[in-house]
Amino acid sequence: MTDLTKYNYVLQHADNCLILGQRLGEWCGHGPILEQDIAMTNISLDLIGQARMWYQYAAEIQNEGKSEDDIAYLRDAWGYRNVLLVEQPNGDFAQTIFRQFLYDTYSCYFYEALMNSSDERLAAIAAKSHKEALYHIKWSGDWVIRLGDGTEESHNRMVAAVQELWSYAGELIKPNETEAKAHEEGYGVDLSAIKEKRDAKIREVLTEATLEVPESTYAHEGGKDGRHSEHLGYILADLQFLQRAYPGLEW
Amino acid sequence: MDIKSLEDRFNEKIDEDVRIEPKDWMPDNYRKTLIRQISQHAHSEIVGMLPEANWISRAPTLRRKAAALAKVQDEAGHGLYLYSACETLGVERDQLLQDLHSGKAKYSSIFNYPTLTWADMGAIGWLVDGAAIMNQVPLCRASYGPYARAMVRVCKEESFHQRQGFEIMLTLCKGSEEQKKMAQDALNRWWWPSLMMFGPTDEASTHTEQSMRWGIKRFTNDELRQKFVDATKPQADLLGITIPDKDLKWNEERGHYDFGEINWEEFFNVIKGNGPCNKQRVDARKSAYDNGAWVREAAAAHAEKKSKKQAAA
Ligand SMILES: [Fe+2]
Ligand SMILES: [Fe+2]
Ligand SMILES: [Fe+2]
Repeated sequence: MTDLTKYNYVLQHADNCLILGQRLGEWCGHGPILEQDIAMTNISLDLIGQARMWYQYAAEIQNEGKSEDDIAYLRDAWGYRNVLLVEQPNGDFAQTIFRQFLYDTYSCYFYEALMNSSDERLAAIAAKSHKEALYHIKWSGDWVIRLGDGTEESHNRMVAAVQELWSYAGELIKPNETEAKAHEEGYGVDLSAIKEKRDAKIREVLTEATLEVPESTYAHEGGKDGRHSEHLGYILADLQFLQRAYPGLEW
Repeated sequence: MDIKSLEDRFNEKIDEDVRIEPKDWMPDNYRKTLIRQISQHAHSEIVGMLPEANWISRAPTLRRKAAALAKVQDEAGHGLYLYSACETLGVERDQLLQDLHSGKAKYSSIFNYPTLTWADMGAIGWLVDGAAIMNQVPLCRASYGPYARAMVRVCKEESFHQRQGFEIMLTLCKGSEEQKKMAQDALNRWWWPSLMMFGPTDEASTHTEQSMRWGIKRFTNDELRQKFVDATKPQADLLGITIPDKDLKWNEERGHYDFGEINWEEFFNVIKGNGPCNKQRVDARKSAYDNGAWVREAAAAHAEKKSKKQAAA
């Protein structure tokens, strides 16, 4: 391994994409409206595509002859570096929408900033992913507004979703040691610089949706360093089943 | 114009292979038959998402996961085109969905079988999408314009699915003993249900003659089934796995493969609702619909508020 910090930095983002993509894929065939079933599958597909770019780069940095799949499939829960938000269950459509919205408000500003990375590969991954993130935030933001403003029931469900997930919003923009170092070395994003934009976007959309922005700033954290919720183990049980049952084969 | 001359003009168009379009006059039965056929196809696309979606979370590599997502998404898209084609005949998607949920409308019986191993993702693409193509390519020339045009788009994607499924099978067949066993097992389970996808024998088929006359069916069930067997047997040989039919042999005289008797009792049982997954499939569709009701209501309510605001501004 030549650069452990960069490897971990890349893994954090790879794992975010993979786990959120895996979660969204659970909706496939079960969406509330056929068009939205397609939209969620499409976002899942984008995220898996992004995860692949990240894992391929991780494998190159690691330089031990491993493939994207070796890295994606063959770690235990403590080795995954995704934020806690993305492993939260789909819940109802409101919860899925709000989880997506919190991720998208982070990822579109994150990728926007990462396009200026001193590392060309990271800048290239960011450029491609940013285009997709802009589409995702349009979709999730529109749905936050539709559901918040729609009927009494949809409003109440959005309120519940915000309550359920708000404590996972902070981890996204609070740098851990890896991110701080990555920023120092010039290839990582300064999360404090995107915090304001992100918070403003959340406020703007929630207000239009007639929803209140919670005051609490308490944030569950630990995911980025491998300390997860109980949910991740089950996600991995599904994800890794074939690779674990039949090790080392081509598929 | 009186009914007689309208009917004559309609028949002339059919004879000259001129497409019938939504605004054209058409006999009631033609419209009804089309609605039944197209909606049944649309339902098959969306129910057909379920058995394959069952393996998305467990796809063995990221590349396969992405391909599985893309495939199931394509099927949803096919459902959309076909519901839209149906709507041009004057029936709303919501009504069609109610008919699916109540059991009044049918969908392809093949999707009432379970996906038990990863190899089923290969077998479905190879055999089920393969059989679908046999059925559907002739429909690109169907007499009803919106249907024919939908089928052109659908068929392009189905043939991609078929190659992708075959490629999954090929990878398994070139793999370990266990993988090869998985592939054989999947072929054993999917072969006969795939042959059943072409429907009852010509003798037993009730709609064929009229539908051929109307140009919304171009070949008989038995003709298509034979075509499928002829195309698929060499592919199974290439994979090195065995089609589970001891009567399957090349018939020099006919220039076709002979094959064994289909278990029609099983076929009619599955149609009646007694297949291994009939209940699960319809329940899954119903609960997606019922749990989505508040979402659809919210979207409608928001759209109305928005248009009122715009009107006031
Ligand atoms: Fe399809
Ligand atoms: Fe189809
Ligand atoms: Fe297909």
